[in-house]
Amino acid sequence: MITKEATAPAPAPARADHEPPRQAKKRRPAWDEVPRWQIYLPLGVYLVFTLIPFYWILLFALRPAGSTSLVPWPMTFDHFEKVWTDRSFGTFFENSVYVGLATLVMTTLVALAGGYALARFDFKVKRAFMLALLCSQFVPGALLLVPLFEIFAELQMINSLGSVIIAETVFQLPLSMILISNFIKNVPYSLEEAAWVDGCGRMRAFLVVVLPLLRPGLIAVGSFAFVHSWNHFLFALMFLNNQDKQTIPVGLNTLMSADSVDLGALAAGGIIAAVPVVLVFAFIQKWLITGFSAGAVKG
Amino acid sequence: MAQAAAVAKPPAPPRRRRASATPRRLPYLLIAPAALLMLGFIAYPVISVFYYSLQEYNPTKPWRNGFAGFDNFVKIFTDDPMFWDTLVFSAKWVFVEVGLQLLFGLALALIVNQTFVGRGIGRALVFSPWAVSGVLTSAIWVLLYNSQTGITRYLADMGIGEYGTSWLSDTSTVFSAAVVADLWRGVPFFAILILADLQSVSKDLYEAAEVDGASRIKQFWHITLPHLKDAIILSTLLRAVWEFNNVDLLYTLTGGGPAGVTTTLPLYIANTSVDAHDFGYASALTTVAFVILLFCSIVYLRLSKFGGENK
Repeated sequence: MITKEATAPAPAPARADHEPPRQAKKRRPAWDEVPRWQIYLPLGVYLVFTLIPFYWILLFALRPAGSTSLVPWPMTFDHFEKVWTDRSFGTFFENSVYVGLATLVMTTLVALAGGYALARFDFKVKRAFMLALLCSQFVPGALLLVPLFEIFAELQMINSLGSVIIAETVFQLPLSMILISNFIKNVPYSLEEAAWVDGCGRMRAFLVVVLPLLRPGLIAVGSFAFVHSWNHFLFALMFLNNQDKQTIPVGLNTLMSADSVDLGALAAGGIIAAVPVVLVFAFIQKWLITGFSAGAVKG
Repeated sequence: MAQAAAVAKPPAPPRRRRASATPRRLPYLLIAPAALLMLGFIAYPVISVFYYSLQEYNPTKPWRNGFAGFDNFVKIFTDDPMFWDTLVFSAKWVFVEVGLQLLFGLALALIVNQTFVGRGIGRALVFSPWAVSGVLTSAIWVLLYNSQTGITRYLADMGIGEYGTSWLSDTSTVFSAAVVADLWRGVPFFAILILADLQSVSKDLYEAAEVDGASRIKQFWHITLPHLKDAIILSTLLRAVWEFNNVDLLYTLTGGGPAGVTTTLPLYIANTSVDAHDFGYASALTTVAFVILLFCSIVYLRLSKFGGENK
């Protein structure tokens, strides 16, 4: 009753005290009317907390060594040059890109196959398999370092990027698979069946009908895999000993644990480490929210 | 030969029809890659950890290696103060981190879920530390906390505090300093997950509540929070496990110090196996950590009645 009155052109008496009624059709629902300062003030405070550390590292990376100025001026790129060539961040960067992309591809493909099976079939070991996926979440990768090291030593994969790629993929898989199977469950099975009737095979039906609808979910899962493996540190630290095989986080750690830390080089190295993930993040941010709200916490 | 090739062609269409009739082996083929990877690189290592936990196993002292029964476990519970210290610190670390991250993440999600000018850029900036690694977080905060050129110097310039203050090397400040650094990176995780879940709250509910004259705080308690319940339970659990297991940040930021006061149990285990090469004992510690983690998770899920009306 009241809602109907409120949308009528005559001003609703119950709400007259709020603010002069705007155009009835453009009105925001009342629950959305939060005083602006209650948004901007806490957000502003939090932004300061978020951005100062970023500014700080940018400052150290751009101002000359020994400077104490709070603005990066005069600006110099010496630190970047030094870190990229002398501290072999160029090589580390290449290795990290390689590990990140390979992990992304492997995780997405394996999780897609497994996730499809979990979403669309009932089979004997399904419950046990789901349970194993959940349990694996409690297995700390860091605590399996020694047996994993022994396995990779057995496989002659110590000092090869393959060991890190496999380890990263394996620990990404369970959650990725659960997420993807939830995304697939959200695509009506009848769509696929309709495609079969039209003469598509299961594979073709999947590629043509289901896959395009999974885009936001796959972007979320794939970018997760990339960002995680780009950032992850312990596996690379343990399995890669040669300087020319190491990844960026290991390089950063080396810079940090040096006897006298070269702050400018550390800051420049940090920026190099941040750029790809920040770019990925800026690109996927929109999909991340939709991807999660579709796939999260069901089943 | 040419004929054979021509004969080989026709079977294609029947294969299609069979494909849509759900071949029995297909699901097994589909999960096979994942299952094999997990068997080889999670299950097998876990089993070998259980096995080593009953062994004396130290590559630097091979003459002592051999079956040890429950000696390692007895030592953990009766003769290892480090175990208890690091366990208590782990609990404190996880509790404080997850609690604060949830609180700030929830607040942040509610704020950026409103419509306001600059929402897109606001969201992007607020969420951005999510993508930053533990090591990079350490690098950033090492710069901020540096006693000579860090933030304390500029605070001292303004008359706040003293020159040369180093929060990371003082046992009374190192906990807060590490917590703040990890918060900086951890809050966006909760904010993103909660914001995602907020998208599915039915707007009708709010409108109905509005009609009934419910205040925004009441709407939050009676509509928003119950809706978020499962997401909050699951994300706090995942995060707690993650915070417990993850050693990147503390390893690089404090190295477990000063004087071991920021050593978590996993960090202690890593040191025991990597530096002291005492694999047998480290495996026993791992087993204990794993059991504790699993037990706490089950209790948590039971107590929180996760899923409620779940099938």
